[in-house]
Amino acid sequence: MLKTRIIPCLDVKDGRVVKGVRFEALRDAGDPVEAAKAYDAAGADELCFLDITASREARGTLLDVVSRTAEACFMPLTVGGGVRGVEDVRALLLAGADKVAINTAAVKDPDLVARAAEKFGAQCIVVAIDAKRVSGPGEPARWEIFTHGGRDPTGTDAVAFARLVAEKGAGELLVTSMDRDGTRSGYDLGLTRAISDAVAVPVIASGGVGGLDDLVAGVAEGGASAVLAASIFHFGQASIAQAKAHMAEAGLAMRLDGAGGARA
Amino acid sequence: MTSQTVAIIDYGSGNLHSAVKAFERAAREAGLDGTRIRLTADPEVVAAADRIVLPGVGAYADCRAGLDAVPGMVEAMERAVHGAGRPFLGICVGMQLLATRGLEYVETPGLGWIPGDVGPIRPSDPALKIPHMGWNTLYPVRSHALFAGIPVGEGGLHAYFVHSYALDPARPDDAVMRAEYGGPVTAAVARDNVAGTQFHPEKSQRLGLALIANFLHWRP
Repeated sequence: MLKTRIIPCLDVKDGRVVKGVRFEALRDAGDPVEAAKAYDAAGADELCFLDITASREARGTLLDVVSRTAEACFMPLTVGGGVRGVEDVRALLLAGADKVAINTAAVKDPDLVARAAEKFGAQCIVVAIDAKRVSGPGEPARWEIFTHGGRDPTGTDAVAFARLVAEKGAGELLVTSMDRDGTRSGYDLGLTRAISDAVAVPVIASGGVGGLDDLVAGVAEGGASAVLAASIFHFGQASIAQAKAHMAEAGLAMRLDGAGGARA
Repeated sequence: MTSQTVAIIDYGSGNLHSAVKAFERAAREAGLDGTRIRLTADPEVVAAADRIVLPGVGAYADCRAGLDAVPGMVEAMERAVHGAGRPFLGICVGMQLLATRGLEYVETPGLGWIPGDVGPIRPSDPALKIPHMGWNTLYPVRSHALFAGIPVGEGGLHAYFVHSYALDPARPDDAVMRAEYGGPVTAAVARDNVAGTQFHPEKSQRLGLALIANFLHWRP
């Protein structure tokens, strides 16, 4: 039986792990390669690096981090941040990423998703959707895509965009609520559910995890295939094993043989 | 320990660093100190290797074109595998390329070593997402040396899958392992000295390293 995945996410800036509260105040949680090794040994199902400043700063540091991580870990690695074209996708895949997340560039040019999927296969193309709720109280729920760390509105409906990029060939959608990110108040389950119901590809719930029940809700109520979290893992509030045990107790199918990493 | 060379074929199909590292680590942990892992695009190296690995990530037609773009590579593989009987392992699209043909986007001829088509996965439960992505358990169709000592079944170890298409072998006994995803999905195939896994051993932690170690010991 296919298991629900837990994906720790390392926000990376200048080659260091950070976690911003609503992407503004940043805290330093260390070396991404060491963190990746620790998560590999702890039984994480995948790992995600998001280079949160990549659209503004140099790429070399990130490629180096990805390459050193891929050499040290035998777990699937998704890398996003600052991907502008097919060449950026190629560079990250060659550095050792298994999947590449495209965000702003897919909003500007959805055909980039098709070009990348045709070249590298849909399985390695993730579209990262950063959305905010724009409907008022009492109105039917509606979410809009925001870019640049949640600062810039695009006017694009998040669910319609999700459908579009899934048709273009995205193999997976990473759906982040920019209202919830960094707030520890739980995923925006309405957003996760609306997108999960709208597309045939797997959805990763992201943004706002404050406790282990939020991870359960992301799957049970949000319909996500995988749950992504950062601070609760980075700052030791919960271990991967505790999260898996909690989710398994709640009746979700989890992979419990991963602890110990790749040790045979 | 006798020495052996393992050729991992590099034909432009994504990053093969982690595959090389996983084979090196499996060899080290299995005590196979004489094992040399070579990432190569040279048909002569492939023809002379003791064991051959064909990875593959991406679209079927693109991978086939990549393989054909290396002059003499398919002939070198044929020589080593069918002439000299060297053990061969295809991974993911590298396994799918063993089939007669692939049906992803366009119909593309495969190597035809494991007769059958590579077609879209169609889970009986429409709520199941495509690609089949993540960690799944394996169920034996028949016993095989590559899975010796590896716990499989519902309580067994997990393998990492990421694919939307799967090989349906024309000869049922070419299937070795299946996964369940709204119906059976071929997870591993083997015939004589040729084997393939739909999942990624190089990403499958304990199960993957154990399978690679078995491959390095395999005497078909």
